[in-house]
Amino acid sequence: MKARYLIPLAVFLVIVLFLARGLKIDPKKVPSPLIGKPAPHFELPALYDPAEKITPEKLRGKVWLLNVFASWCVSCRAEHQVMKGFVRMGLAPVYGLNYKDEAKDAKAWLQALGNPYKAVIVDRQGNAGIDWGVYGVPETFIIDKKGIIRDKIIGPVTDEIVKDRLVPLITKLNGEPQ
Amino acid sequence: MIPEIGHFALIMGLVIAFVQGLFPIVGAQKGYASWVAVARPAARLQFLMLAVSFACLSWSFLHSDFSVLYVAENSNTKLPQIFKFSAVWGAHEGSLLLWALILSAWTAAVTVFGRGLSPLMMGRVLGVLGLVATGFLSFLIFTSNPFERLVPAVAEGRDLNPLLQDIGLVMHPPMLYMGYVGFSIPFSFAIAAMLGGRLDAAWARWSRPWTQVAWMFLTLGIALGSWWSYYELGWGGWWFWDPVENASFMPWLAGTALMHSLAVTEKRGAFKAWTVLLAIFTFSLSLLGTFLVRSGVLTSVHAFASDPSRGLFILLFLATVVGSSLALYAARASKVRSHVRFELVSRETGLLLNNVILVVTTVSILLGTLYPLIIDALGAGKISVGPPYFNSVFIPLTVPLAILIGVGTLARWKRDSFATIWRKVRVAFVASLVFGLVFPAVAMGHYSVKAGLGMVLAFWVFFTTLKVVKENARGRGLPGLSLSQWGMTLGHLGVAVFITGITLTSIYSLEEDVRLAPGDKYELGGYQFQFRGTTEVRGPNYKGTRGEVVVTRNDHLVTTLYPEKRNYLTGMPMTEAGIAPGLTRDLFVALGEPLDDKGAWAVRIYVKPYVRWIWLAALIMALGGLCSLADKRYRVLARRQGEAVAGGVA
Repeated sequence: MKARYLIPLAVFLVIVLFLARGLKIDPKKVPSPLIGKPAPHFELPALYDPAEKITPEKLRGKVWLLNVFASWCVSCRAEHQVMKGFVRMGLAPVYGLNYKDEAKDAKAWLQALGNPYKAVIVDRQGNAGIDWGVYGVPETFIIDKKGIIRDKIIGPVTDEIVKDRLVPLITKLNGEPQ
Repeated sequence: MIPEIGHFALIMGLVIAFVQGLFPIVGAQKGYASWVAVARPAARLQFLMLAVSFACLSWSFLHSDFSVLYVAENSNTKLPQIFKFSAVWGAHEGSLLLWALILSAWTAAVTVFGRGLSPLMMGRVLGVLGLVATGFLSFLIFTSNPFERLVPAVAEGRDLNPLLQDIGLVMHPPMLYMGYVGFSIPFSFAIAAMLGGRLDAAWARWSRPWTQVAWMFLTLGIALGSWWSYYELGWGGWWFWDPVENASFMPWLAGTALMHSLAVTEKRGAFKAWTVLLAIFTFSLSLLGTFLVRSGVLTSVHAFASDPSRGLFILLFLATVVGSSLALYAARASKVRSHVRFELVSRETGLLLNNVILVVTTVSILLGTLYPLIIDALGAGKISVGPPYFNSVFIPLTVPLAILIGVGTLARWKRDSFATIWRKVRVAFVASLVFGLVFPAVAMGHYSVKAGLGMVLAFWVFFTTLKVVKENARGRGLPGLSLSQWGMTLGHLGVAVFITGITLTSIYSLEEDVRLAPGDKYELGGYQFQFRGTTEVRGPNYKGTRGEVVVTRNDHLVTTLYPEKRNYLTGMPMTEAGIAPGLTRDLFVALGEPLDDKGAWAVRIYVKPYVRWIWLAALIMALGGLCSLADKRYRVLARRQGEAVAGGVA
């Protein structure tokens, strides 16, 4: 047996190790290291008014949600309906972070599915996404009045998550002093 | 009662698959002929059991038996009959059952069409397939049972995901699975050949038609998926480099490499060990695709039901199947020597380059798909990989591949020289430069250098392929060409059509989001789109709004489009685009949101030139696969070997 014929097996075993580890670090269960930390800074244009620059600092003083979405993300479509329902409840404004997307596609997408966002922030290069630790779309961050990230939902927000996680947490946060 | 019969048949299927896997393989190693003989009846019986099981689940869907959990979750009494049936494979459990059914159907097909195989080889091939089936059926029964009862039963089901209520998606998964699972046949041929210690040209000849038919289905499956996302997702895209799409594209690329490499192994006896490795690689990618889609490690970008315990099971299965195959490869491949020499300039080299490029492309896509996972597992940060990476990797790798088509197919086996090849291609070279660079100026509205270069490439593939036909037909005329030569010709013409489609669509597509009140007109790409307002429509399980858009060109009516916006019972809205398809352009209109109470809407209008050529290319390629499959040398071979076996028995 020559060693070079073992190469495919060796490469495969390394891949399996990573996949196994990938299973363990189930992305939905790992809390973000950013929870409890101040929201990372960004200064990005709004989708419908590129002259307007949005920063997390400007949103201080109220509880808000940052929903990361993209037109190329299939599961965002399902989540979008839940988001629309959530916004109708009027608990907190939701800002959309349009992640690595073309403005045209994002507008078309919002036009087709409806736009629940208070404003849409354009992260064309994905730099803010990196600072915020976004590694899959959709993701949703809950930021309190002091600008601290209090929770993060990875993957699509479902009706259950709204009922069991978002509503209790935001009600609590809304009651906190500034 | 019916679901229990289905469940029982499924368990019987598992038991039989295990017998089919164990006895023939052990028997073949130990030389017990009676053990080997178990394989064929077992394979057929296993197929029968899975067919019964699948029929039972279909029955439960068609009769809306909501006491079955899976039916209640994915069907509804108001669902049209055809979608009730396609809902069988609308979610995880049922699509796995379809996977297993197709695997057993392929296995049964080997027992019918593989009559010429020696009993030992047949036993081993069916045995390997039996072991694969054992793994899949255990997965199905222990983690994803589609027959689980729901007590108490519910009165009404939750309805099928509206995205899947579409004829494109009725056909897409079966086609895709026919392809995925079809690659298990060349895989098991390769394993059986290694177990028997005989890696000769015969196994390559046996594997080739099976590889071609699997590849043909996979081509159609991927094209159907792309076509579906084009008209159903409502924003005119046709490929998103989504992990789930990549999962189907990687086996396709590896399978394409395998087809070419098998040709060399069959005709020249070269690349033997490499071809075996490719067969393993291709099927492993099919399994990996299943793992990625079903385990949830990459769910963050795609909405599929997932479950970590299922992921662990598939991973163990993947590790066992691929790990043991590669271990067997490591043990046996060193004994395989290809005593065939070829010069640097030869068709062998061309095909070797083809393989290298295709495998590098596959690995790059694999890397892009797994990269977020690997980086995360290393704790080095969280990143995402999107279309920018894939486009910048894919295009530079495939351009040389297209150039190679023209050179490689005209090179002779064993040795050739650049001078001879140049003499053959120089006319095609000049013609493709002229036609390609002129084409955008003549056929399209404005000139683009990129489009010119893309069209040069398309014409290059087209003309060199014609030249190959001419060379092959020399002295015997077109009817003298064998079906497999036609297959190759169609396959490569498909590539030319594909390059044309993506070049022109990506460069010349026009799109505009406009506000239109009833009566308003908008002009795009020489077409006038007049919005005539909307009416309410009602379907069996949805309510919706239908717009009417009249399209004219130079005051002549072109077509009337009826884009819709639907709200399904599940609460999910869907955009049904109005599309006027055409060979040289698609007109595509989608409704956005109502803008005021006077009937004005946000409307999205696209003019997409040559977009249809992308799917047409897939059809041509698939037809090519069908032609090679029907080539008579496979039939003659089957008969001759069949007679030899019969003669031996007599």
